[in-house]
Amino acid sequence: MPAKKNPIDALWDFFCSLKLTIVTLILLAATSIIGTVIQQNRSPEEYLQRYTESTYRLLDSLQFFDMYHSWWFLALLGIFSLNLIACSLKRFPLVWKAVTQPRLTADDALFQTFANTEEQLVKGKSIEQVGEKVSVYLRQHFAAPVLTDQDGTLHFFAQKMRYARFGVYVTHLSILIIFVGAIIGNLWGYKAFVNIVEGTSESRVWPRGSNAPIDLGFTVRCDEFSVSFYEGSNRPKEFKSLLTVIDGGQVIEERRPVIVNDPLTYKGITFYQSSYGPTGDAQIRLQATAVATGETIDLAVRQGQRVGLPGGSTLRVLNVSQSYQNFGPGAQLEVVDAEGKRSTYLVLQKFPGFDSRRDAAYRFVLGDFKQRYYTGLQVAKDPGVWVVWLGCFLMIVGSMVAFFMSHRRIWVRVEAVGDQVGVKIGGSAHRNQPGFELFFDEFKKNLKSELVS
Amino acid sequence: MTSSLFFNITTIAYFAAMVLFIIYLVSRSRAVALAATGAVWAGFAANTLAIGLRWREAYALGFEQAPLSNLYESVVFFAWSIALCYLLMDFKYKQRAVGAFVIPFAFIFMIWAQLGLNAQIQPLVPALQSNWLTYHVITCFLGYAGFAVACGASIMYLLVIGREERKGDKQGLTGIFPSAKVLDDINYKAIMFGFPMLSLGIITGAAWANYAWGTYWSWDPKETWSLIIWFIYAAFLHARFTRGWVGRKAAWLSVIGFVATIFCYLGVNLLLAGLHSYGS
Repeated sequence: MPAKKNPIDALWDFFCSLKLTIVTLILLAATSIIGTVIQQNRSPEEYLQRYTESTYRLLDSLQFFDMYHSWWFLALLGIFSLNLIACSLKRFPLVWKAVTQPRLTADDALFQTFANTEEQLVKGKSIEQVGEKVSVYLRQHFAAPVLTDQDGTLHFFAQKMRYARFGVYVTHLSILIIFVGAIIGNLWGYKAFVNIVEGTSESRVWPRGSNAPIDLGFTVRCDEFSVSFYEGSNRPKEFKSLLTVIDGGQVIEERRPVIVNDPLTYKGITFYQSSYGPTGDAQIRLQATAVATGETIDLAVRQGQRVGLPGGSTLRVLNVSQSYQNFGPGAQLEVVDAEGKRSTYLVLQKFPGFDSRRDAAYRFVLGDFKQRYYTGLQVAKDPGVWVVWLGCFLMIVGSMVAFFMSHRRIWVRVEAVGDQVGVKIGGSAHRNQPGFELFFDEFKKNLKSELVS
Repeated sequence: MTSSLFFNITTIAYFAAMVLFIIYLVSRSRAVALAATGAVWAGFAANTLAIGLRWREAYALGFEQAPLSNLYESVVFFAWSIALCYLLMDFKYKQRAVGAFVIPFAFIFMIWAQLGLNAQIQPLVPALQSNWLTYHVITCFLGYAGFAVACGASIMYLLVIGREERKGDKQGLTGIFPSAKVLDDINYKAIMFGFPMLSLGIITGAAWANYAWGTYWSWDPKETWSLIIWFIYAAFLHARFTRGWVGRKAAWLSVIGFVATIFCYLGVNLLLAGLHSYGS
């Protein structure tokens, strides 16, 4: 009857198992699909439009609407991490020992474990002479050997790329480092947004999913926002905000252009161009000429504003538009003369004479057309991001080493066999054994001819 | 000398290679296998030239962008990557039968790009105006192409393993397949190439997202699916030295991984909403 394992050993074995790794990875892959099919983090109203109430309740109780932060998904990631740590802890000490305290002497038992060995007898030379040849050959064609003299038997051990053994552990560690970076970002960082109207400043931003604003500790002013289009199309070419950073009354950066793919960072807080929109009424510049007197004035007016004109009339801007029925910027004006008689004018920037009637008392030229915009900025602070990049870097380096480098070891034993000198050669690689065989066959052949020369 | 002429030549060459590889499976004639390999080389050369010409054509239009800006360009680049990975594999193993299971992928993507997709050269929208685009797309597609070769080898492995276990004779279409051991090795080597490339693709994507949007990971469907692929191939790599998972199960993981890859590349864009929707 097999001895019953104590529960702690059983748990340790469970977390050291590679089968657990495979099952966890497949479960992570399969469950991750859910969040790509069900839209995440929407409002209950949106979900209720899509699902019946009972379905909604079920999905909600399973935390499918924010599944990547659900207890069960985080638990899977936790098991994945524990598995990774346990596997590494179990195997690492053995590998560390193999690398730092390699077996310098090979006995027959060790030679038997190699798929590839060779024996050779050399006549007419002393052990020392043969040993010298072996030593030089190893140094020139493989790596500098370590010599152990055991009762007159010479053991040579040489190895290459022993650090290749650590690639897999670096890769495993890198995943944990990325997790740590993500946790740091979650605890001490935030993602927020802010809308700033052109010409105004903001010192607070609004985090996602919360109503309480965060104080930046400095002020950001939007001097200007602009959007440009590729010629002859409505395909946007560039969204640009000119931002000024003011900290403690000091201007830190002035009119710094922030475009998509070129954010602004100050004090660890980064501002990204994200959206935009019009705000308030457009302001237009008008040149008004009284036909009767020829008197001309320049006006700057907003929609709805009433201003006086030469000759006692008043003018009100009824309506303005950036593109008036595809004729470009235009404005509808209402003129009320001293007697209270109303007349309307349509003024187009590109067609100044469009609305000149014979009985008109005024001529208008539409000048600048100024619509104020707000710029929508994503604001992010993530002190963990460098930890994540460190993890990513180690992952690439680690996996390259793990996949493409191999720890190669060669043992050579030189001993007296009767009145001759026996040379026994063996070697192994911790991965890509076929590649090593090719090298090793050549190595043995050349060493043999070297020894008899 | 326009890019579209060379894209036509590419499609025809891949088609010819595919047909020749299938004839090779039946005829077992080494001359046919050689002709098929030659057709792949010709297609690859035409594909390379066509992409280069398209790059120049975009510059001539005043758009300073690499030809990786929309679905059409990514599909022809994917076909190019598959041909490249196949030729690298062929160079090392010279197992010509594998071509019958890999080159059809390159052909299907080319013919789809030519018949079903808009080939117009358009300027980049602001979100894509970044050097990260080039690094991100190239690493991702080289990874995907590695997985395509692995998938072809895995399908062959699954077809051949039953016969080998029964010690059946080398009759029929699977007769000239490489041995299961060699196919398993091709599968592993291709994933060994694809997996670090996919990791780099995910990392460059994350770096770009962080640079452009301020968050390196937002569980966008595209990001999530790339991670799903990563999980599957990570499982594959561990399955290779786990008792009970070596062989058939590992081969199935490779096939499932490639199906997920295709879904990540196309299904997400065409069926699900998200940040990569401009890729269509």
